Amino acid sequence: MKSFTYERPSSPAAAAASVVATPNAKFIAGGTNLLDLMKLQIETPAHLVDVNGLGLDTIEPTEDGGLRVGALVRNTDLAADARIRKDYAVLSRALLAGASGQLRNKATTAGNLLQRTRCPYFFDTAQACNKRQPGSGCSALDGVSRQLAVIGASQACIATYPGDMAVAMRVLDATVETVDAKGTERKIPMAEFHRLPGDRPEIDTTLKPGELITAVTLPKPVAGTHIYRKVRDRASYAYALVSVAAILGKDGSGHVAFGGVAPRPWRVEAAEADLPKGAKAVTDTVFAGAEPTPANAYKLKLAERTLTAALNQARA
Amino acid sequence: MVGASAAAALAAAPNGARADVNPAGTDRPVMAKVSLTVNGQRRDLDLDTRTSLLDAAREHLHLTGSKKGCDHGQCGACTMIVDGRRINSCLTLAVMHQGSEITTIEGLGQPENLHPMQAAFIKHDGYQCGYCTPGQICSGVAVLAEIKAGIPSHVTADLDGPMEATPSEIRERMSGNICRCGAYSNIVEAMTEVAGKQA
Repeated sequence: MKSFTYERPSSPAAAAASVVATPNAKFIAGGTNLLDLMKLQIETPAHLVDVNGLGLDTIEPTEDGGLRVGALVRNTDLAADARIRKDYAVLSRALLAGASGQLRNKATTAGNLLQRTRCPYFFDTAQACNKRQPGSGCSALDGVSRQLAVIGASQACIATYPGDMAVAMRVLDATVETVDAKGTERKIPMAEFHRLPGDRPEIDTTLKPGELITAVTLPKPVAGTHIYRKVRDRASYAYALVSVAAILGKDGSGHVAFGGVAPRPWRVEAAEADLPKGAKAVTDTVFAGAEPTPANAYKLKLAERTLTAALNQARA
Repeated sequence: MVGASAAAALAAAPNGARADVNPAGTDRPVMAKVSLTVNGQRRDLDLDTRTSLLDAAREHLHLTGSKKGCDHGQCGACTMIVDGRRINSCLTLAVMHQGSEITTIEGLGQPENLHPMQAAFIKHDGYQCGYCTPGQICSGVAVLAEIKAGIPSHVTADLDGPMEATPSEIRERMSGNICRCGAYSNIVEAMTEVAGKQA
């Protein structure tokens, strides 16, 4: 690990200002992803701004009947919150399907949104990776790609966004709230938070340099059966090959987003009207234009079948 | 008291960032002070900012019970209980824990005064080589506390229902602790016994 200086700022805006003012600075919250990547020298910040002391760790009702989740609410606390369990169960279920108990105790709401891909070529510094080292190429294109993206990728990068929580937040139409170094606040819909790689795969999100996430707001609860169904290589503590976050009525109508298939949580709202017709009608539209590799084409069928299972669960 | 030493720790670091001899980004250390409460004792340390909580315990406080397995949060051998929650001590910096209350395996119990979970691991043969065991025991103690506190898991059928330390709940909640000897079934038995005594 490269050495770094360390500070604890006094306010969110001061934290943002410090990251803007200090070369090669990064925020650190739970640290479970960043420190892992620093040990591998995939991330090499020269200055860490520890935001853990800034509060931002409460879940409060909003005026329009939703909830405002502070950036530093730990995954365990968010999943276990009585209001989340009752009214946003898809979010509880997604969080509980991710990582291990130890990691969920540390990992934060904002940090989870910002976790980087688990593409094996991103982690292997002996391989070409445009996300890790822009312009170096993509070893995954002709490599082992069974875990990687089937849609939304580019010739520069076929990495997936690895998380579970954000897939649930996408189906819930959550909004990311931020503050910048000047104290200016901004609201970013989840749909616009993670970006597609195009020819700049090194940039994961639409955050500006130094912009700090302060909260994620959830709109008022959506009725229906809340389901998070995750398919993975082992029963626990593994990333999704495919996941489905859905809120469904008994007739199958509702909303659905997919994880493990694209560089961001993948939702096509226009397909949702077809949910009562069954999974295939939906996934044919959601995955129109998919460009899988031979090694990950199975994900298209798996996504359809996982949605079928979710629809069956809602109808039961 | 805690606030004063936090300020001291901060003064050491950012000032260094603006000096000509700033070693940040190199292999040369940047030092910072931190005070931790480890197993009930206040410990003041002057550490390279890169020092993980695990290395602070093992290399600086000579508490070698917590083990370094993967050093990437995948195996759980480094599990400690920090401010009441189990975490991977390899994936957090010591300087991020100013004022934290830390319990390691040494703080749970000693040979002459075993924690009930330690006694149950011995009784049920919950280990072979023993390398993962301190992490398994710290995690096991915290898991039973999480169930008692009503924190749900991936296998909890009803998110609002009562929570019990069933074998399936124990297996799911312990998935962040790997045992290459494969003592899992005996670990489940040890935890089940302790959970039964607590109930």
